[in-house]
Order: sequence, then C-alpha cells, then structure tokens
Amino acid sequence: MDILAHVPILVVGIPLLGAFATPLIGRAGARARNWFAIFILLLTTALAIALAVSVYQSGPRVYVLGGQSFGFTLPSGYFFPIRIILEVDGMSAFFALIIAVTTLLGAIYSTAFIAGHSGLEKYYALLLLLAAGMFGMVVTGDAFNFFVFLEITSIAATGLVAFRTGRAESSEAAFKMMVLYNIGGLFVLLAVAILYGQYGALNFAYLARLIEYSLLDVIALALFVLALALKAGAVPMHMWVPDAYPAAPAPITMVMVANTQIGLYGLYRICFTLYGLKLTPALVGWIVIILGLASIFIGVSMAVIQRDLKRLIAYSGIAQIGYMLLGVGVGLAVLGTPALNSYGLMAMKGGIFHIINHAFYEGLLFLAAGAISYRTGTRNLDELGGLAHNMRWTAIFFIIGGAAIAGLPPFNGFASKLIIYESVFKFNPILAVIALLASILTLAIYTRAFQSAFVGPQLPAYKDVREAPASMMFPMGVLAILTVLFGLFPDLVVKYLVTPAAQALVNQAQYIEAILGAGLGVK
Amino acid sequence: MSKLVRTIGWLLYAPILIFGFYVIMHGHLTPGGGFQGGAVVASGFALLIVAYGAKGAGLKERLLSAVESGGALIFVGLAFLGLGATFFYNFLAAGGGVVFNELVPSGPNPGDLNTAGTLPLMNWAVGLKVLSGLGSIVLLLALFPGEEE
Repeated sequence: MDILAHVPILVVGIPLLGAFATPLIGRAGARARNWFAIFILLLTTALAIALAVSVYQSGPRVYVLGGQSFGFTLPSGYFFPIRIILEVDGMSAFFALIIAVTTLLGAIYSTAFIAGHSGLEKYYALLLLLAAGMFGMVVTGDAFNFFVFLEITSIAATGLVAFRTGRAESSEAAFKMMVLYNIGGLFVLLAVAILYGQYGALNFAYLARLIEYSLLDVIALALFVLALALKAGAVPMHMWVPDAYPAAPAPITMVMVANTQIGLYGLYRICFTLYGLKLTPALVGWIVIILGLASIFIGVSMAVIQRDLKRLIAYSGIAQIGYMLLGVGVGLAVLGTPALNSYGLMAMKGGIFHIINHAFYEGLLFLAAGAISYRTGTRNLDELGGLAHNMRWTAIFFIIGGAAIAGLPPFNGFASKLIIYESVFKFNPILAVIALLASILTLAIYTRAFQSAFVGPQLPAYKDVREAPASMMFPMGVLAILTVLFGLFPDLVVKYLVTPAAQALVNQAQYIEAILGAGLGVK
Repeated sequence: MSKLVRTIGWLLYAPILIFGFYVIMHGHLTPGGGFQGGAVVASGFALLIVAYGAKGAGLKERLLSAVESGGALIFVGLAFLGLGATFFYNFLAAGGGVVFNELVPSGPNPGDLNTAGTLPLMNWAVGLKVLSGLGSIVLLLALFPGEEE
C-alpha cells in the first residue's frame, strides 16, 4: 500500500481516530493519555510535512473517498465527480503545515499547563478533533464537506474555550462563540445549498467551471464572505475574539489562532478558486481590503487601552488578521489585470507569508502570557511587574514575539510586513501608510506590555516565582527559533513555501484540471 | 414516580429498545438508520430515568462513555479498513467479504438484510455512539444537583 497516496485523508483520519481513542486510553492513566495525544499529533505532523513536500514538488494531489482508486475522479460514463474528493494544492499544504505545528506544540504545552483539571481525556479528545476538523477544512475539495469540517472545528473550539468551567468568563465566551459560529455555519450551509440548487453539484472544481455569477451566486458569495470573515475574526465580526482568546487555556488560544486563519483559508479558497475571475475582482477585492483596514485600525486602537495581557494580544492579533486580508485583498482586486504580475502577486505573497509568521509569533506571545499566568495567577498588567528577574527565558521569548508582531527586523513579522507595504504602496499609497502607522502603534503597545510585565524592580508578591516547566519552555523555544529563522531567511521561505501557495490561489485552471481534466466534464 | 409510571415504563422499555435496534439494523433498507435508531434507544433510557430516577435507572456514565468512544472508533476503523483501495471504500459489498455481501436484488422486493457491505456496520457504530451519547446527556442532566426525588 502506498502510504503517500493516502496522506490527504490520513492527516484527517488519524487525529479523528486518536480523538475517539483518547477517552479509552485515558483510563490507563494521565501519562499514557498525554503521550498518546502527542504521538498522534507527531504522526500527523510527519504526514503533513510529507504531504507538503509532495505537493510542492509535483503539483496538486487529489483523493477520491470510497472510490476503487484514489485518483479515479470521474467514474467512467460520468462527466462530473460523484464522490467526495479531497484536493490538496500549494495553499492547502501551506495551511496543513501551520495546523500541524500549532496543534503539536499546543499538546506538548498542555501537559503541564492544564494538568490537575478533571476530564482531561475530553480536553485532549477535543484538541485532536479540532486538529482533524482544521485539516479537513484545508484538504477538502467539496463544498458540503467543507461545511461539515467547519462545524467540527466550531464545536471542538467552543468546547475547549469552555473547558475551564470554573471560570465564569470561559462559559460566557464559549456561549458567545457558539452563537456566532452557529450563525456563520448556517450562512455557509445556506450558501452551499444555493450553489447546489443551481448547479446540482458540490465539488469546488466542478462548480468553479460552471459558476455564472448570477444574482444567487452573488448572494452565496456574500454569505461565504460574511461567515468566513466572522470565523477569521475580522472587524466588524470580531467581537468573540477578545472574549474567547483570554478565556481559553493558553495552548488552546494558540491553536485558536490557527483556527481563525482557517477562516482566511476558506475566504481565499472561495474567492479565488470557486469564483475566480467571474466575481468582479475589483469590487470584492476592495471589500476584502476594507475588512482588512477596519481590522487593522480597530484592532490596534483597542489593544492600546487593554489591561489584560491576553486580551491585549488578542486585539493586536485582530489587527494582524487585517494585514493578511489587506495583502491578499490587493491581489484579488487586481486579479486578471496586468497589475497582478507587477505587484498583485507580491501583495498576496506578503499576506500569505504573514499568515505563517502570525501563527508563530502570536502563538509565542500567547504561550508566554500563559507561562506568566501559570506562575503568577494573573494576567493584569497593573499587578504584574519585574518578572524578568525570575522568568528570564519567558521575557526573552516575549521580546521576540513582541518585536515580530510590531514588524521589527530581523524577526519574521518584519519580512512579511515589508512585502505588504511595498506592494500595497504601488496599489494605493494611503493603504500602505495606514498599515505602517498601525505597525508603529503595535510597537508602542508591546513596549508598554513588556515594560509593565517584565521590567522594573522585583515585586515582593512575585519573589518566589520560578521559570515555567520544561514542557512549556520547549514549545516556546521552538516557536521563537522559527520566528527568528523565518526573519533571517525570508527569501527561502517565500521561495519554497509562500510562492507555491500564492500561485495555487491564482491558478484556478490548475485546481479544476486536477479533478476534471483539461476540457473534460462541462462544455 | 408513582408505581403506575414505573410499571408502564418497565413494560415499555423492552419494546422501545427492540424498535430502536430494529431501526439501526434496517438502516440500509428502510428510512432511519444509526442516528435515528440510537435516538429511539436513548429515549428508552430517558423513560427509565424519569420513572426510576437517575440513580435507580441503573445506567453507568462510565460505561456509556466507553461505548460512545467505541462506536466512533468502529466507524473510523471501518473507514481505515477500506484503505486497501481508498479511505471509506466499501470492502465488504458485492462479494468482497463474509457478511452483508450480497448484491441488492433489482425490482420490488421486501429488502435483503444481507447487503450493503460496511454500511450496516457503520449504522451500528453510529447507533452505539448516539444511544450512549444521548443517554449520557440525559443521565448527566438528571444527575445534576437540585433534583427532587
């Protein structure tokens, strides 16, 4: 059996199997359960890397579920795909890497951070389920399947945010999330139903070839954009983010960052691959740009006034989502025009590069904030102070994360933001200026946060505070190393990881041909 | 609850269970299936809990939880067993295995149970998952403090 051929489904199936096995393994003891969850995610990470390597080397991979053969997309005698088909292109593989890294590090960090709570087998089961759902969303090539995995991530994420039920904030945030995610999920379902009603098919590639951009299609697009922007936490649908991020356990907050980015993945996939050139790119591109600008502006200005460390990071994270929308929105706005090759593709590369950078430095910041609250029991910046005396490594990690999010060289945030500024400036200078100003404000925010938490004389209340345990330091160390490496060698990352992803988005024909073949299928 | 409710509940319990398992078993032939049959069985559990109280019904949360995981594992495991061809490949159907392997007869017929390959097994997996999942939800709701016995 050729394992590599089955990898697209294995990255979904193995975490799913692990999720349901965890409650049973958990009866053998806490150690067995923790190691089992880490082992499953390690295996999934290895598979995701193998998948990414094969996709980057040899183009999109398709996988037919339940068929006689995995590549048998069009059964003989049929002109359209009848089974659920997974399709992994550069963009999917790029996101699969992000999910793999964040969930694995999240599970390692959880072993110490969450220990002592009851019902932990359900915690790990939900974490694995969330991983399975996120992988499913990025590998699927089927609209209804996409909705199902979206719901899986929503349910698992809500359960994880609500996990520490002893805290009122957890239940409140989870309830808010549940309501909003449900509304978003129903929007997606309705949009899928509209497409299915018109074209009688659910496969993205087949729909992309048929889609006409009728009034109904416009409604479906609006529903998709609204729901997925809500999942991505873009302003004005961001209200659940600053509640959910602080309420969730720190490792979950890091995974939730990847989870919001999957919303961006869905948005890009729908706009570029499903609708492509048919969707009046300039108008939709500007809508995405405005969503991005609003996120940058509101996110940064709300972060300035926060006193809660994790809430502060959450708001500045909303601003960073804005950069990703801005970069890719510019690419969408000039799709199909000569400007795409002169600066549009570059802007998209910047936006996509920022996604992976954001997953690392934002994860690092949340883990560092988690380490602080783990040792001191508070996240209030007014109470904290002088922690650099006791938590030296956490302070260093926080500096790295803060510098990266503010876009200081030589960290990864600088590299991707610079690409965004340069290319967006060619599109519209004012947008670049706003993005740059917001970045400066971010620097001010993190200078203040670092100063309040770490600098100053040692406070008597925190005299006995020690450095976080090794299982929490290790994930932070990995993320810090990745943050620095991606900042030192941005050219390599852009060349080998980001460019294939951006090109996969622009190259709609390649996505369609991988399933339907050139010219086959629809007249 | 009163003796009347307890007796009727006790009498109805077995028919409800049998009907639920019937709906699961015939999922690939008639309307219904794993989810619906599992819900019917869980409604039997709910009847017991209403009649005898959460403690008196004799349902174990630990056992239900194990069955729930087991059902889901069987479902995903069956999908993995198809990996010789593809994930979810129906490796039992149409002569491929020892059970549920007959071809579906064409034309009007009363329904042949021994068809559809892995589908009846997956219906059972879903049925087990749903009856234990819904059962434990009902049980936990009844076990919450503040109940009057």
